[in-house]
Parts: sequence; structure tokens; C-alpha cells
Amino acid sequence: MISLGIEGTAHTIGIGIVERDRENCTILANCSRMYRPEKGGIHPREAANHHAHHLPSLLRQAMDESGVPIADIDLISFSIGPGLGPCLRTAATAARTLSLLLKKPLVGVNHCIAHLEIGRVMTGCTDPVLLYVSGGNTQVIAFMEGKYRVFGETLDIGIGNCLDKFGRAIGLSFPAGPEIEKLAKEGKHYCSLPYSVKGMDVAFSGILTACLHLMKKERMEDICYSLQETCFCMLAEVAERAMAHTEKEEILLGGGVACNRRLRDIVTTMAEERGAKCFSPPDELLVDNGAMIAWTGILMHESGITTELAETKVKQNYRTDEVDVPWR
Amino acid sequence: MEIIKRGAEAEIYRAEWRGRPVVIKRRVRKGYRIRELDDRIRKQRTKKEALLMMAARQAGVHVPVIYDVNLKNHEIVMQFVEGERVKDVMDEKDEEWQKRVCREIGAGVALLHGSGIVHGDITTSNMIVWQGHVHFIDFGLGTKGGDAEDMGVDLHLLMEAFKAAHRNPHLFRWVMEAYETHFEGATEVKKKVEEIACRGRYMKG
Repeated sequence: MISLGIEGTAHTIGIGIVERDRENCTILANCSRMYRPEKGGIHPREAANHHAHHLPSLLRQAMDESGVPIADIDLISFSIGPGLGPCLRTAATAARTLSLLLKKPLVGVNHCIAHLEIGRVMTGCTDPVLLYVSGGNTQVIAFMEGKYRVFGETLDIGIGNCLDKFGRAIGLSFPAGPEIEKLAKEGKHYCSLPYSVKGMDVAFSGILTACLHLMKKERMEDICYSLQETCFCMLAEVAERAMAHTEKEEILLGGGVACNRRLRDIVTTMAEERGAKCFSPPDELLVDNGAMIAWTGILMHESGITTELAETKVKQNYRTDEVDVPWR
Repeated sequence: MEIIKRGAEAEIYRAEWRGRPVVIKRRVRKGYRIRELDDRIRKQRTKKEALLMMAARQAGVHVPVIYDVNLKNHEIVMQFVEGERVKDVMDEKDEEWQKRVCREIGAGVALLHGSGIVHGDITTSNMIVWQGHVHFIDFGLGTKGGDAEDMGVDLHLLMEAFKAAHRNPHLFRWVMEAYETHFEGATEVKKKVEEIACRGRYMKG
């Protein structure tokens, strides 16, 4: 089965074409465009306009890259939520159009679960705890009793959002994570910051405020270093708690912030120290992408799920634990 | 000394201390944390945990008795509470048992909150039924002098833990019934719980 997946939950519009052959996933094409605001954060309407503008050329590029004739596509998958309304609606409109045009079934995919499923199939881990870290989302997810359940999450802002907001304050452009990572490498002195772990949940807004206060008296490199160390250790700690709680031996990374090498090192060390294993797909599958939507669409469709046209209204607040998971 | 559990942040040993059977909780160094952060967290949590357990005991809550605290090794020596973990047995027991234990959990949390103690990691994994009573353990993430917000987070965590780990959907209601009878500030905290639940990502507030 070949699936075309459209991702459009936030700043990235992506199209992926994926083929399933038994348990194997072959990515035939995976291309995307990212909206980068000139200043400030994501403006939902501007991002949606960006997506609408780029969709036609992106579709052509994906078709060319895959070499698959358009008639061979069996399924149209799209990110139905969670995310920014205007962006979701743009992707959904494109998906509906393709589905009607090609007379192929539609499947609306939960974005967070797509991160987990693509990680699972590409890294070969079987039953991981997912540490999903991106701009808007920070969740610790694992499969238990028929569903993907959220064991821990941020109580305020996403980790990526925390990094971006601090980046904006010190004049970095969006997304600020990669720049902060570079600056942090030059940091030597740890400035004390709040450490906010509540059970398996985390909170970042207090740390952000503390960093903004430190700007007057500490070196930027040291603040970036302290910010990363504190936030990433908190993430490793809640991930470890979830592993201990669910008695799982695998930790999987997902989301754009997982491209950060320091975070990966920290989580890898955490896993090794407890005799577990850390898995991470390549960067292009960590960030938002169409291939993960296409792949999860196949898993869902082959276990009997189709989203009828009338049910394709986007779900901005789509929770991970709302999704039935008959494919596991 | 015999290791009985390797938790997320501490190792739990069974040992003997001046002729008594004890549990030693030792916070281990985490290789992924930089030294400054690691030392600070281990020391703070060991000290705080010991103080909170003593305060909880004074408030009339069943907790293991503390025999010794060693801040250099990040160790707490405490009474060995040899019972069944609520998480492990809850689903197997009959409803009468469940109801009684849930009520005792609710009353215990009420006593903690009534004296300003917030547990911080209040799941059924951290409760042991011994000699007919629910004993609370693992105060490592707790705080003293918490406000309604902190207590709300506490209860929200407990609610989530019940939802995630146990089948009977009535359990948490029984906890709350007892909580409300034993704690004056319950109404305010309950309101906070609802507020906190809506604050999570993607909740239909």
C-alpha cells in the first residue's frame, strides 16, 4: 500500500509518500517547506498562507521524487490535529481535494502519535516510551492498555517554545534552538535556575523568566548552557520516571528539539545507566514531516480506519489518549 | 545490604540497622546531570524528604519511621514497611477492600494537605498497605507550606495515576469523598484540580 501524507500542524508544510511492504516502511519521498516569520513567533494565518502557497509545488516535487504515478497512490493521510487551526485547515483542504480527485480514501492522523509511529518503524524499537519534544508539544507518551497514554507533559509551555522565547529575547531568529545549542557549547559556568519537576510533569515558564533576569549579569553562553542543562535534565528525569513506572526498556525521541545533540546525549546516558536503550530517527523524521503522517495513515487504514469526508473537521485540541489504536 | 528496588532516582536497599529491619534509600548520582545540578538536587531532595516524612508522621499520617539521615551519601534509613503496593493489588481486590483503601488514601492526603504538606509524586506506586493501613512513601518531590495550587497539582496527579493504572472508574471518587470530609480546604483545592486539568495541552476547557 502506498500512502501520501500531508503534514500541516504548525510552521511546516510537508508531503511524504510512503510504501508499506509487510512490516517495512519505505519512504519514497519526504519534502517540506518551513514558514519562518521575519520577526516574532508563528502567526497562524501567515503560516497557513505560506502552506497554501507552497502546497502545489511541494506536491509536484514529492510526486517527482517518488517516481510513483499518481494513480498508484492508495491512501491520502493528513494531520487532523493537534495544532494551529488555520494551518490544519489548509492541510485538510488539500487532503480532501486529493481524495475526491483521485477517489482514494482519507485518514486523519494524530500528529503526536505519528511522531511515535515513524520513530518506531524506522529505529526498530518495539514498545518505547516516547519523549516528544517540539515547539508546542512536550509529552512523555507510552502504550498501555490499548491506548497511547500521556504519562507526563508540560504544565505550561513547550520546551521548544521556551527556547524560542528566550532566543527572541536575546535577538536570535526562529527557531532559536540550534543557535542556543551553539552558544551553550561555549558555556562553562552553571547559573542556578529553578528545577521544576512535578511527578512526571514539567514546567518551563519559571525557568524562562529566571533566564531573562540573568541576562543583566551573566554571559549569554553561560545562560544558554544552564538553560539547556536544566531543561534537558528535567526531561530526562520525567522520561526515566515514566520508564520506571511503565517498566519499559526503550526510550524513543521525537520532535524538533530532539535534533539537539546535548539532549540526545543526556537521554542516551540516562538510558544506558538503567540498562535501557535510546532510539532516535534521523533529523528529517524528528521534525514535522509528511512521511510520518503517511506511515501512520497506513497503519490506521490497514486496521480498518477510514475518515469519512464529513468527519474530517480538524481537531486543534486533539489529545493523544483520545485515539483508538487497533494496529497494536 | 540487599538491593530491593532500583527506582528512577534512588536505590532502595534492605538492611539491618541496630537490630532493626530497615530500608535504606540512597539517591544515586546521575551521569547525565552536570555535577552542580546533580549535587544540588540529590542533597535538597534527601533533606527535604526526611523533613517531610517527619512532618507527615506528626500530622498523623502513616509513614515509615526515620532512623537516620546521611546527607553525605544522600541516604535515608527508615523503618521497613513490609506490605503490598497499592498499585500492584488494587485491581485484584474486591470492591469493599478498594473502597476502604481509597477512603484511607483520601483521608491520608487530607491530613497531609491539612498540615501544608504536598507529596509531589502521589501515585499508587508510592502507597503500601501494611498492618491494615495505607502507608505513604517517597516524599522526594514534596514540599511544605504548599498552597491550594500545589495541592491541586498533587490531587490532579493522583487522579491521572488512578486513570492510567487502575480499571475501576469509581476509585478516585471514593478518594475524594474521604478527602472532602477530612480537610477543610477541600472545596478550594477541588476547584484548582479542575482548573489544572484544563490547563494541560489540548483540553476542552
